[in-house]
Amino acid sequence: MGMAAAESQFHVLAVDDSVIDRKLIERLLKTSSYQVTTVDSGSKALQFLGLYEEEGDQQTNPPQTPCVSPTNNHHQEVEVNLVITDYCMPGMTGYDLLKKIKESSSLRNIPVVIMSSENVPSRISRCLEEGAEEFFLKPVRLSDLNRLKPHIMKTKIKGQQNLEKLEEESEETQFQSPPPTLPLQEQQQLQQPPQSQPQQQQQEQQTPSNNKRKAMEEGLSPDRTRPRYNGIATLV
Amino acid sequence: MDVVGQLQRQFIDYTASLYREGYVDDQFTQLQKLQDESSPDFVVEVITLFFDDCEKLINNMAKAMEQQVVDFKQVDSHVHQLKGSSSSVGAMRVKNTCVAFRTVCEAQNLEGCLRCLQQVNHDYSLLKNKLQTLFRLEQQILAAGGSIPMVE
Repeated sequence: MGMAAAESQFHVLAVDDSVIDRKLIERLLKTSSYQVTTVDSGSKALQFLGLYEEEGDQQTNPPQTPCVSPTNNHHQEVEVNLVITDYCMPGMTGYDLLKKIKESSSLRNIPVVIMSSENVPSRISRCLEEGAEEFFLKPVRLSDLNRLKPHIMKTKIKGQQNLEKLEEESEETQFQSPPPTLPLQEQQQLQQPPQSQPQQQQQEQQTPSNNKRKAMEEGLSPDRTRPRYNGIATLV
Repeated sequence: MDVVGQLQRQFIDYTASLYREGYVDDQFTQLQKLQDESSPDFVVEVITLFFDDCEKLINNMAKAMEQQVVDFKQVDSHVHQLKGSSSSVGAMRVKNTCVAFRTVCEAQNLEGCLRCLQQVNHDYSLLKNKLQTLFRLEQQILAAGGSIPMVE
């Protein structure tokens, strides 16, 4: 039950101002074996993530040095592996929240998924271009949640790569990052002796590129470039 | 047929009629699928939340339309919310009325809005009645020692 145990460690933060939709997404996520926290606004989401509005420029925060958590957020009590947020919310929209997360050096690794009841192609492409992993049309279904796993796995791997990179910087060695399908337990034990690999595996190439909601297939090319928010671990 | 069998038959027929008559759609089925031993009252809980939401939003719409100068954007925002939650629980008629409602809001057609408000209230009341009947049937089945049949 290795994979199932690993899955139950994944923690999703769900953001929606509708109490009904919160209840629904919570049930969907729990049914899919995720740990869930729900909040009713973008600002509460940021608070939970440890990013306070009053804080100054996140860029000036010191790099996370003695940090073990893959998401590298020393503010967080609990690690968040994915944020799923409604688009239409009063005050801070899901798009605003997405932007804030991607602009934050401590949070930008966290995959973000947007949900909306409205199929507006320009809205969808704006979100995807800002770095959202997926755009789900409401009502969200269990089958939609199956598309979350690759993104969460990517983060775990990126986190692992990040750790390895940090070690690499001090030891001047190259690591080969594990393919996504390895059980997490094995990945975490990968303190392997240095191998001379020319470059890290292209994790992006292994994830299917057609995961995007087929609400607007025409407008999107699967290979469009996303802003690379973590220059450390990924090469595009 | 024994009591449980009869009740189950009733339940199946009643559920089928709800779909046939357009009170609920497939999303309602999705709700059922999310209910299990770890969350045995999920459907009732969500539907209850939905009914509360309906009442609140319908009241808000009515208030907004009673104003000297009607703020149609306000009304529309309430309708948008109701459309969202009705869609999330599979309340098809309510949702469809909301779609029409948004159109008359956009057109700032007060009469049209008043008609839609009446309609949405009617849809909500009917649905509430129907689902409460359904839930009572469920309780009867369980009380008689039977299990709730899954209706696709």
